[in-house]
Amino acid sequence: MSLLFFYIFAAIAIAGALGMVLNTRNTVASALSLVLTMVALGGVYVLLEAYLIGALQILVYAGAIVVLFLFVVMLLNLRQPDFSPQRQRVTKIAAAVIGVLVLLQFLQLIHGAFGAPAAIPEGFGGYRQVGTALFTDYVLAFEATSLLLLAAMVGAVILAKRKID
Amino acid sequence: MLVVIIKLLFIVLVIMAAFLPIITWVERKQSAVMQDRIGANRADIFGIRILGLFHPIADVLKLFTKEDFVPQGANRVLHLLAPVIAMVPAIMAMAVIPYGGVYRFGDLELNLVVADIDWGMLYIFAVGSLATYGAVIAGWASNNNWSLLGAMRASSQMISYEVTMGLAVVGIFMVFGTLRLPEMAVFQDQTFRLLGFVELLGLVETLPIWLDWIRLPMWGIFLQPLGFILFLTCIMAENKRPPFDAPEGESEIVSGYHLEYSGMRFGLFYTSEFLEIPVIGMIVTTLFLGGWAIPFLSQETIIGFISPIFGEGFATAVCMALHVGTFLLKVIFMIWLQMTIRWTLPRFRYDQIMDLCWKMILPLSIVNILATGAAVLFIRGLQ
Amino acid sequence: MVPIEHAIALSGILFAIGTVGAITRRNLIVVLMSIELMLNAVNLALVAFSRLWGNLDGQIFVLMVIVVAAAEVAVGLGIVISLFRNRESVNVEDVSLLKW
Repeated sequence: MSLLFFYIFAAIAIAGALGMVLNTRNTVASALSLVLTMVALGGVYVLLEAYLIGALQILVYAGAIVVLFLFVVMLLNLRQPDFSPQRQRVTKIAAAVIGVLVLLQFLQLIHGAFGAPAAIPEGFGGYRQVGTALFTDYVLAFEATSLLLLAAMVGAVILAKRKID
Repeated sequence: MLVVIIKLLFIVLVIMAAFLPIITWVERKQSAVMQDRIGANRADIFGIRILGLFHPIADVLKLFTKEDFVPQGANRVLHLLAPVIAMVPAIMAMAVIPYGGVYRFGDLELNLVVADIDWGMLYIFAVGSLATYGAVIAGWASNNNWSLLGAMRASSQMISYEVTMGLAVVGIFMVFGTLRLPEMAVFQDQTFRLLGFVELLGLVETLPIWLDWIRLPMWGIFLQPLGFILFLTCIMAENKRPPFDAPEGESEIVSGYHLEYSGMRFGLFYTSEFLEIPVIGMIVTTLFLGGWAIPFLSQETIIGFISPIFGEGFATAVCMALHVGTFLLKVIFMIWLQMTIRWTLPRFRYDQIMDLCWKMILPLSIVNILATGAAVLFIRGLQ
Repeated sequence: MVPIEHAIALSGILFAIGTVGAITRRNLIVVLMSIELMLNAVNLALVAFSRLWGNLDGQIFVLMVIVVAAAEVAVGLGIVISLFRNRESVNVEDVSLLKW
């Protein structure tokens, strides 16, 4: 049953990703396909029993980051497509080859024997355990990300200002 | 599986089919009463007008029969999709809200919530954050500058208030110790002594019995009053309820992102807006007003009171009915409160809304978190 | 539990699509979105392996990746906005002044 859901979510995610990359006319439609992918991936995380990460994926990625993308697209009012001359065919073929090579590298991983999934304790991936780990073992990384976010906020505000006065 | 479908049907039928038309009627009648006029009372069937209760039916018929157009130059797919995306998060949020406790009928255990997930409140935040897309896509897909303006206002307002909405309830999470909504409702089923802090601080050994009766139900609103005010403000702003309806400001930007929608497309936006009213009511009820709990009468008291007379099964059924009725009463109170706030306050200016979020609610919610954390540590340390 | 091979395959496919998008597309915003897609594919692989080995470190790392991606998107879009103000275009081929 959960395998069926995984296939459904995987199909939606791949469809969304293809929709984002292949959509040359409408940037907003690309962003919305990305949202579809994010939400489907959130579902896959929940299937993999990473509940906090699944909720955060939808909250942060689908609910804030792609909204930021949409905001910028609407602000710049990129309505008309600006890809007039044809892209060099060589580049397209090279990109496709690179894509296939990357995929083959990933699929090579599957041949390794991984063994059975480990038995996980109750509440694995729930907010309590992840939160406890985040605040005890990884508190340095946590505090460092707060500095990173502060730097990013200041940087984004300065970059987007009209003039520095 | 069948039980889940029945619970789903109950909440969908009661909230969507029963509450929604009544809320549209309440909106008109309550505003009329507050503004000292009669309100809409002309719709009738064969001459019978029950105070205008046929107006919801008239509204729906009007919306169905209006012309369904897509403006020229607009993206047809996105124009159709936007009201659907606006509607879905409001419905999805109802899945984790408990409208009754856990009842035992023999060996059947009935938990009156559709999905009892461990991270219930996070789920509500997650689907609430998806509601941004409805407004944004509606504004963009309409090929209209007023709509775009409304969409920009809507998106920045909604993502700002999501942040403070999350922070305002962190105090509640600390006090209840859980993110799971049914557990929060069970926690609020008890009472606490108002003067208990005297005993905790060690001023007296034990509180005298005759002061013991000064009790309050252990509701979120008594444990976190500031959190209640902040959360109510944030969730009303998140759902663009008036007075925070600058994105759809009817007097400024000609209906904002609703502009190019008519007929049943607008009907879906209309429905989603009026569906968010009871959903806000349900969330605030579960977090702050005790959910399905009757104040001063816990579940054991009721069952223990009735079962010697009529038997265990009947007592549990009566308790279940009482709890669901209490929940619906509290939701009705919250709906009334939102309507009152709507028709009392004038619309905020857009920069006032943003100022309120980032300069007033955010610092206050952080202060709330600090104070609650200190208090919880202090009390748990003393116990 | 989802079989680990399926999760890795999905992660690989998404990563490959993201790579092709980042190389091929000329709209700067779509390039940024493709990079986000690649980050998501990596997140999926991390979460899948974290579940396989019952180790929470993978999920903590995913949290860090999400935070870094959010910061990167904010700054990246700030750059896109200032670029657009200067050149009226978000085509990556228009910002090739340093090309020899």
